Amino acid sequence: METYTAMRAFADSWMLLFLTLFFIGVIFWALRPGSARVHRDSADIPFRHDNEPAPSDDADEAARHKEART
Amino acid sequence: MWDYVKIAVYGVIAVCAAIAASYARDFAYQVHAVIVMLVAAGLFLWTVRRTGDPKPVPETGYMDDVVRAGVIATAFWGVVGFAAGTFIASQLAFPWLNFEWAQGHLNFGRLRPLHTSAVIFAFGGNALIATSFYVVQRTSAARLWGGNAAWFVFWGYQLFIILAATGYVLGATQSKEYAEPEWYVDWWLTIVWVVYLAIFLGTIFRRKEPHIYVANWFYLSFIVTVAMLHIVNNLSVPVSLFGSKSVQVFAGVQDAMIQWWYGHNAVGFFLTAGFLGMMYYFVPKQAERPVYSYKLSIIHFWALIFLYIWAGPHHLHYTALPDWASTLGMVFSIMLWMPSWGGMINGLMTLSGAWDKLRTDPVIRMMVVAVGFYGMSTFEGPMMSIKAVNSLSHYTDWTIGHVHSGALGWNGMITFGALYFLAPRLWGKERLYSTALVSWHFWLATIGIVLYAASMWVSGIMEGLMWREVDAQGFLVNSFADTVSAKFPMYVVRAIGGGLYVLGGLIMCFNIWKTATSAPARQPARVAAPAE
Repeated sequence: METYTAMRAFADSWMLLFLTLFFIGVIFWALRPGSARVHRDSADIPFRHDNEPAPSDDADEAARHKEART
Repeated sequence: MWDYVKIAVYGVIAVCAAIAASYARDFAYQVHAVIVMLVAAGLFLWTVRRTGDPKPVPETGYMDDVVRAGVIATAFWGVVGFAAGTFIASQLAFPWLNFEWAQGHLNFGRLRPLHTSAVIFAFGGNALIATSFYVVQRTSAARLWGGNAAWFVFWGYQLFIILAATGYVLGATQSKEYAEPEWYVDWWLTIVWVVYLAIFLGTIFRRKEPHIYVANWFYLSFIVTVAMLHIVNNLSVPVSLFGSKSVQVFAGVQDAMIQWWYGHNAVGFFLTAGFLGMMYYFVPKQAERPVYSYKLSIIHFWALIFLYIWAGPHHLHYTALPDWASTLGMVFSIMLWMPSWGGMINGLMTLSGAWDKLRTDPVIRMMVVAVGFYGMSTFEGPMMSIKAVNSLSHYTDWTIGHVHSGALGWNGMITFGALYFLAPRLWGKERLYSTALVSWHFWLATIGIVLYAASMWVSGIMEGLMWREVDAQGFLVNSFADTVSAKFPMYVVRAIGGGLYVLGGLIMCFNIWKTATSAPARQPARVAAPAE
């Protein structure tokens, strides 16, 4: 089969089916029951780390506590 | 060691650019080679002078200096782009502004791509790069990945803008709308863009938040899709290594379809997805409450990217494009109504319970008007993509009115809101220099947009009706020049609207400047040490 025809037939059938199912799947995944708490937590992300990054490892953590105490 | 590599690379580039400048086949190429040579030579000297300096300790906080530079660049290019637009609008109303002494350089045809690229890529692009660097750090709780690579992206992008703008004035263009720059400028942008993608992804990979916040999804889709569109639409073969001219790989209707696949998705992913990333961060931050529905934002994202990519053919109704393709484009454009309005509702409803802020906070007012214009232009666009409507609206000023209600209303206003949000935070100030000036900017810009959009609606529909008017014998009633003279009053109103918008932009520049220099400094935050 000619390359164009083969790709066109694939795009019209299996790829279309895959994309449609993926899209429907995403909607169901977003609306899945019990996800409200997770989504509320995600929506709060912009309000957490305004001024500095989260500490990277234990060394950083220790340094921060020392600073806070002095 | 790294410094010596840099010195060698800069030196080689400067020498190659000098050779290219001497062999140049055309003037635009020669000017570009000289610009590249000067930039590389300047960097060469700068690096030589700093080699061997003790290296500063790597910083651990957020990388905000590049965002500060981005805010300045956004404000600067914004005013340049708005002013260029107002000037070419005046050229349409008063043709003597196409000065005889500047023919071939500053006439409408040369300045029009300068205006579109200045507002979309210079103003919008810098706004997107700066805000994405700010947002991805805050929502990932991580410093920007790649160190000085962010500075490479910033300055590399400014070089792209300079090369594109000088090329337009000197006539180096591949005559593809919104993709005018010639082959070597395209190659340069590709390099810059890949580094941008690497920085953005690198920062997401080192995030401390388990979830990738929705704004980052929008920014990432913008970066990835623009890379894909840019590469495919700019597939061209240079005629000479020492000349600016190139020949497109595609031809005829295939080229037209690829151009508008690119063109419409530049609207969809550059001017919509990227700016929605801004909306999903800055509207909740300014309103001080989380987004109305996070579920809706996920559905908004996936629906938008699944549908937008197919909408391009509506630019080619009633052309050599097959009917099925233009019908497909029309249907997908109409389906886009749903995610667009879902997103608008999500942005507006974020203010539910905080609507009183509209009275006191002109920054949030700007953002709300931006989201409102997003809703209006995403209603108007699908309507204009319907073939019957398009047969009236296409090639008229209605299209220009539609584009500007989206660009000035949505992209402009949300960017102004973001800049006003960022300025005090980036320069460590308690607040903006003046909220009264923000109000002035808000009203000047809003009235400017209303004048612009209303005059273009009237002008466009009048034009469309005059073009299709036939007498009893079936002859056209109006010549083209009849429509041109009938449009004069609307063109004057449009230029006035643009002038108000420029004035608002200047006020913003003054306000941000004063915020950075003379607003009261932020009090150091009191850190509460946990009792352990």
